[in-house]
Amino acid sequence: MSTTKKVVQWDPADIKEELLKKYPPKVARKRAKQIMINEATESEAPPEIVANVRTIPGIITMRGCTYAGCKGVIMGPTRDIVNITHGPIGCGFYSWLTRRNQTSAGPDGENYMPYCFSTDMQDQDIIFGGEKKLEAAIQEAYDLFHPKGICIFSTCPVGLIGDDIHAVARKMKAKFGDCNVFGFSCEGYKGVSQSAGHHIANNQVFTHLVGENTEPKEGEYKINLLGEYNIGGDGFEIDRIFKKCGITNLATFSGNSTYDQFASAQHADLSCVMCHRSINYVADMLETKYGIPWIKVNFIGATSTAKSLRKIGEYFGDKKLIDRINEVIAEELPEVEAVAADVRSRTEGKTAMMFVGGSRAHHYQDLFNEMGMKTISAGYEFGHRDDYEGRDVIPDIKVDADSRNIEEIEVEADEALYRARKTPEEIKALEESGFQFKHYEGLNPDMDKGTIIVDDLNQYEAEKLVELMKPDLFCAGIKEKYSIQKLGVPMKQLHSYDSGGPYAGFQGAINFYKEIDRLVGSKVWSYMKAPWQENPELTATFVWE
Amino acid sequence: MLLRHTPTEIKDRKSLVINPAKTCQPIGAMYAALGIHGCLPHSHGSQGCCAYHRSMLTRHYKEPVSAATSSFTEGASVFGGQANLLQAINNIFTVYDPEVIAVHTTCLSETIGDDLNQIRTKAIKEGKIPEGKTMIGAPTPSYVGSHVTGFSNMVKAMAQLAEPTSEKNGKVNIIPGWVEPCDMEEIKRLSSLIGVDITLFPDTSGVLNGPLSGEYKMFPDGGVTVKELKETSKAIGTLALGEWCSADAARWLDSKHKVPCTVLDMPFGLSATDRFIDVLRTVAGVSIPDSISFERGQLVDLISDMHQYFYGKRVAIYGDPDQLISMVEFLCSIDMCPVYVVTGTPGKKFEKRIKEITKDMPFEVKVKAKGDMFLLHQWIKNEPVDLLIGNTYGKYIARDEDVPFLRWGFPIVDRQGHQYFPTVGYKGGLRLLEKILGLLLDRKDRDDSEEKFELVL
Repeated sequence: MSTTKKVVQWDPADIKEELLKKYPPKVARKRAKQIMINEATESEAPPEIVANVRTIPGIITMRGCTYAGCKGVIMGPTRDIVNITHGPIGCGFYSWLTRRNQTSAGPDGENYMPYCFSTDMQDQDIIFGGEKKLEAAIQEAYDLFHPKGICIFSTCPVGLIGDDIHAVARKMKAKFGDCNVFGFSCEGYKGVSQSAGHHIANNQVFTHLVGENTEPKEGEYKINLLGEYNIGGDGFEIDRIFKKCGITNLATFSGNSTYDQFASAQHADLSCVMCHRSINYVADMLETKYGIPWIKVNFIGATSTAKSLRKIGEYFGDKKLIDRINEVIAEELPEVEAVAADVRSRTEGKTAMMFVGGSRAHHYQDLFNEMGMKTISAGYEFGHRDDYEGRDVIPDIKVDADSRNIEEIEVEADEALYRARKTPEEIKALEESGFQFKHYEGLNPDMDKGTIIVDDLNQYEAEKLVELMKPDLFCAGIKEKYSIQKLGVPMKQLHSYDSGGPYAGFQGAINFYKEIDRLVGSKVWSYMKAPWQENPELTATFVWE
Repeated sequence: MLLRHTPTEIKDRKSLVINPAKTCQPIGAMYAALGIHGCLPHSHGSQGCCAYHRSMLTRHYKEPVSAATSSFTEGASVFGGQANLLQAINNIFTVYDPEVIAVHTTCLSETIGDDLNQIRTKAIKEGKIPEGKTMIGAPTPSYVGSHVTGFSNMVKAMAQLAEPTSEKNGKVNIIPGWVEPCDMEEIKRLSSLIGVDITLFPDTSGVLNGPLSGEYKMFPDGGVTVKELKETSKAIGTLALGEWCSADAARWLDSKHKVPCTVLDMPFGLSATDRFIDVLRTVAGVSIPDSISFERGQLVDLISDMHQYFYGKRVAIYGDPDQLISMVEFLCSIDMCPVYVVTGTPGKKFEKRIKEITKDMPFEVKVKAKGDMFLLHQWIKNEPVDLLIGNTYGKYIARDEDVPFLRWGFPIVDRQGHQYFPTVGYKGGLRLLEKILGLLLDRKDRDDSEEKFELVL
């Protein structure tokens, strides 16, 4: 048996059994493969987790759809592109400003994010086809705004009736001449979760936008930040730190991003990947086509932020930059540590559960660690095996029919624009010093033995986990928020941060500590029972009786 | 300026909707279904629809919203969703054990032509729906109508549970339409004060404004029961509040089960509440208690006290047809000027009704059904208003144009309390007026010069 001290007092095997007990046998068999006890035995490696597979019909899932991943997550935070949803009104409406992507209109003042554009398809469009309406809608958008780019997003019925949005886009792009028009076949039924939508979005951005601006970009240490969406202003805080360090962030994919940022991304000398799940393939493509190496970073948590900055410094290897980074860290950390120390007196030893996204459930553990809190159970809503087990398993991942539907684009080195950023010797020297390129270990190694890792957690299992393990805090999304809170457990949204943020970088860490301190310390959780419910027997009488 | 790209010049748009004043059918069906006791709404389509609807309803009501989905992938989209739904029904009854599953379709399942009735028949035949449990279904293609249509369709599916009978039970069916849980509670309170025994459906009170007690109930205590729905055919009459939300179900009960129906406006404001109370009295053959006349008098009193601030103020309002009709009438009755009225929901009758209500008013009304908030904003840019009324999405216009803004309607995702404080009935009227006056006077206090800034207003 493992001699490692367990942070949990329950037997994880019992918990797993309890979660599966109520399911019909077929469902139980499937879910059993998606619920993993981390490093269950001493001799064996942790068992393989099944991820990125279909959600079971009728099981109340936390997942969204491909359209949500494409339009909502990736393209939603781009400010100077007119994003037109081609379909009935609902999809456009629900993805209208609901992810709390903050934006600054910048000096050019162009910002379409507060707008919702839709072709609002009616039954006659479904019957006779919606291409003409789409064409007219693109024309109307162009006439009204003359944007640099117009993007089109297919919803479920568009795929079924076979509207060729790409042909319409090509036609309109040729017609306008000064406006890039392209489409995303991101119908909701494709793939098994939002993840497919991220992939579709990234592929199209890479195909139609990246590399378009050949004008060189000013800046000393030029990077791209991939997989950062500026929820609650995270991107603003990270950019503040970069600026302070003298690092030039050419393009954020895609928080507060602009058309030109994407178009100029090939000028960077390093790609830094935040959310591995949503965008790791873009980092690979940037490397193959333009020669830009990539590293995994994490700006959630003060220690991680410092570590990631140092890693960037190490990559460029310039003393001036390294010194500046160290100065910035030295300047910023004391305030963060002071707040952490204060908060820690109240949060030490408390437990959290986290079921979000396809990286956040990992990144946020750093912040909890800094407060002395343990994550006793975690998992991804739409992660793949590599997000759990690390990139080494990528070659072993079986491609099933649902993944095969999502286009994989092949890229080659660009004849004109490819430029190796480091010589093979330099790369080798860096690697020998312990520097890791294109490396991600995944969630599992960072979690304690005996913790429970669940892929695609659903409402029933969430409720059971909370009942059985009684965490001090649960983190998930808005759909889960109130059912968890009804159980008397505070719930923090980690997709859209409730109304808080930023939580990235140094100032973000401070915000997060304070927020979690408030949540787990709130008196409201002690009010669940009225006095007469806690103590129903009459043990005394008042004097006047 | 948040909506900096909105030009003053208005050009006709035929294909592009910008900033919609409506959303799609299934979310309405999901909300209505939550008003049945022990009901799990089920979205028959890909899982994104269900996720979006649950998220939006949760953000508005700040309560858990459970609903299942058929989780279509490409295969189901090509070969039909029957297998997914049958599997879902089995899983739902095994894992969650609801009394009833209320299935609604999506644009996806409608386009491939899935037939809910046929699938239900098959589910019953295969024993997937346990004895004593119910499944209802409503077609809610997103490319027809709006969220209001979806609400109406699910309410009609609820009415269709009514069983043939020759008995009467003396009750009155009231279909409240898309109002807040607290509004439904208020309608029940008023009916009980009058002494009328009612069946309210849907009834989301107690479901979407429940307590925090350390206990999570997937199926809270509130909601109309299936038994009550089955007995709606025994009622002496039906009051449908709102032509768009409620009339279809009431007319169906009338034609199928001979339960006479009256379609009324939603009881927002003085006159619409008057008509509601008066009809309720007539249907039930009772007289109105003094307590209700007293409440009414209080509202009239407040109108007279506040009239000086309301008189002549220009209002822009957008939202759902049934709510707008009563609200525009209320605004006119207190001598405010609802000059711009927009709904995203289609329906020619709407524009006609608003024109009728405002025909004797000393101002011109711009009204548009199937309109959007981009157009409304352009109108405001061309000729400003003193107050904007509508759902949360109006806050961008309100800020840009510096207009006081009353949040009212669906969805409200940036303020809380609307699920607890009714705006229907006389008491609801008091609350609406108090909120409007607060906004207007806050604005006055903000804008007045130091010399004009006064203690007594």
